[in-house]
This record gives sequence, structure tokens and C-alpha cells, in this order.
Amino acid sequence: MADTMQFDLVSPERRLASLQASAVQIPGADGDMTAMPDHAPTITTLRPGILRVESAEGTSEYLVTGGFAEIGAGSLSVLAERALPVTEVNREHIDEMIEEARTAHAETKESGDHTIVDDAAKLLADMEALGTHMGLATESRAAAP
Amino acid sequence: MPNLKDLKNRIASVKSTRKITKAMQMVAAAKLRRAQEAAEESRPYAERFNAVMAGLAASVGGSDTAPKLLTGTGSDQVHLLVVMTAERGLCGGFNANIAKLARQHADKLVADGKTVKILTVGKKGRDALKREWKDSFVGHVDLSEVKRLSYADAQGIAKEILDRFDAGEFDVATIFFSEFQNVVTQIPTAQQIIPAKFDKAEGEAEGTAAIYDYEPSEEAILAELLPRGVATAIFSGLLENGASEQGARMSAMDNATRNAGEMIDKLTIEYNRSRQAVITNELIEIISGAEAL
Repeated sequence: MADTMQFDLVSPERRLASLQASAVQIPGADGDMTAMPDHAPTITTLRPGILRVESAEGTSEYLVTGGFAEIGAGSLSVLAERALPVTEVNREHIDEMIEEARTAHAETKESGDHTIVDDAAKLLADMEALGTHMGLATESRAAAP
Repeated sequence: MPNLKDLKNRIASVKSTRKITKAMQMVAAAKLRRAQEAAEESRPYAERFNAVMAGLAASVGGSDTAPKLLTGTGSDQVHLLVVMTAERGLCGGFNANIAKLARQHADKLVADGKTVKILTVGKKGRDALKREWKDSFVGHVDLSEVKRLSYADAQGIAKEILDRFDAGEFDVATIFFSEFQNVVTQIPTAQQIIPAKFDKAEGEAEGTAAIYDYEPSEEAILAELLPRGVATAIFSGLLENGASEQGARMSAMDNATRNAGEMIDKLTIEYNRSRQAVITNELIEIISGAEAL
């Protein structure tokens, strides 16, 4: 069994990472999963969250929102709509994302379609949890619905 | 024969034109490099995306529950043409070529009895199509304020298109842009984005390699990814366009600089000839004046 697999993280704008990883924790839409070499081939969509990559050089973390991950036997590709190394993320990023999610939530509320409202609410909650997780929670969080 | 003063003025004016075109060429060259890098950076994403989508589409495509974005509305009566051009001119035939392709496409559709709607991205395409197709315009996206193209811009355009699709305004959407080959060659291209078409050859090779588990389900993933596919197609179209525009401008300005140089040479020869003629004239006058004494 191979110790490592080829890991690629790409966003539409650039390739963020391409390295040999021993394990990758993926924030899947149906729950987190950790992919290791020789994982069963899987395609999963992502929810906003933290992607944790373990490699020989150490652990690196990326903030990803939306997209999907394609797990093959010897490789893992994550195609994220937006991806940032956690070290580059600051409060403004989180605030901006929470704001976007909140607007989307408010917009869908008016449409009256429950599944979409639930989705937007979940997105908003995900975003806020993310902020809290990173210790970047804002005071506006208290005012959230 | 024009007098010396006029010639001198003309030479000076052509010289400053040459300076401007030269500067524009160099700016375009610098921008081209950046645009090309951006286009290359986006390629891995688009390739992986299309490969996965092709696999998914092949396995779900046959079923009745497949999303409309993949199978279409069942009719092809109303066509939406998304014409993506530059915001600025002075780039050779770049904008004209895209507009020409779109126009041919639209003519053909109308001849077949279809309805054509046009969404323009970029001012120049709008100007080029305004005269004949003004009544077909349904919208315009202005990118003149955008300094550096981001995925969010493409998402904005995609959202507008998808909203119209959901509202049943059209059945088939095609984007027009210029594919970047190299600095002298840009190929105007039409690409159908709704219903989505994926590169089958690549998809089959990918599909046979592994049978994937899908989480949540194939249909759910497909339904979520198809709208993103539209954004991805538009984004790569816009990036190709960006590189093509700069490439076209660079070669157009290179030609202009060379032409200005030739013109300066010609004018300078003419200037020197007339100067010589004037001197000869003066000498004759002086000599004949001296002889008369």
C-alpha cells in the first residue's frame, strides 16, 4: 500500500497545491471524511469548511467553499469554487462570506421555497461555525438569526 | 509640392503617433503575459471539472430525471447568444471577428425559423451588433470597471443566464468568444453551454478507469454542479478572450508602428528633396543675379 497519494487543490483562478499527501480531511456535504491512499473512488460535493492536508512536510489547512472532491485510488483532486490557505484568511474574508450567505438567506426567505431557505440557512450556519472555529468570530454573530 | 513647413509638421505628427502605438504595443505585451498566465492557471480546474462532468453526464444522462440543464427543454426554438467581446477597440479584427461569427450564427438561426436573443458582454460587441440586431438584445454585462477578471464576474454572468433559463426565456444558449492560439492567431469560437455538452472522448477514458461512489447521489451532485459548469465555461471563455484581445492588440499595434516608420521614411525623403530643390532654386537666383550685374 502506498504511503502517499497525489493531492491537487485547484480553484478556477489558480492551482493552490499539488503535493504528495498521506491523508486529507475533506468537509463533505454529508459530513467530514478523511481520504487516505487507496480510498474507494468517490466523488463528493463540499460544504464550506476547512480542508486539512497531511503530508511529509507537515499539515496545511485551506478554507474552501463549494465545489467537489474527486477521490481516486492514487490521487485526490479537490475543485473548490473558492479556496484560500488558512494562513491568508483574515476577518474581512469571513465577514464578507457571512455577509454573502446572509443576503442569500434573506433573499431566499422571500421566495418561500423551504428547501432553498434551509440550504441558505445551513450555508450561513456553516460560515459562522467556520468563523468561530478560526477564532475570528465577529460581534455581529450574536445578532444572527 | 507641399511646402517645407507642412512636411515637417506631418513628420512630427506621424512620429508621435508611432510613439503612441509603440507604447500601446508594449502595454499589450505586458498584459498579454498576465492574461496568458491567468488562462493557464484556470485550465487544470476546467479540465478536471469537464472530465468529472462527462463521466456523470454519461451515467445519468439517459434517465428521465436528468436535470434540464443537461438534457435541454425538449425544444430548440429560442436561442440565446452570449457574445463576449472586449471593452476597448484598437485591437485589430478581434471584436469584428467575434461579432461576425455571432451574426452568421444568428442569420442562420433566423433562416431556420428560430427566435434569437442576444446577451452582450463587453461594449464593442454591442456596438457591432446594434444596427442589425437591436431588437434581439435582452441584456448587457458591462465589464469595463473590472480590472482583474475574477471567477465572481463569471458567476455573475452565469447567474443572469441561469435566471433567464429558469424563467423559460430560451432553450439553447451558446457563448461566443475568441480562442487564444498565439499572438497572431485567435480563433472566434461558438460553444454551446445549455444544454451542456462535455468532451466525450476524455470522459470515456476517465469513466472506464474507475467506478465512483457518489456522495450524496449522482443526481444531486449533477444538479449542483451543472450551474457551476456554466460559470466555468464562461470563466474560461472570458480568460481566453482576455488573452486573445491583448494578443490581437499587440500584433495590430506592431503593424501600426511599422507602418508609421515607413511613412516617416517616405516623408523624410520627400522633405529632403524639396529642401534640396529650394536650395538649388536660391543658388540659381543668386548666380543669375550676379551675372546680370
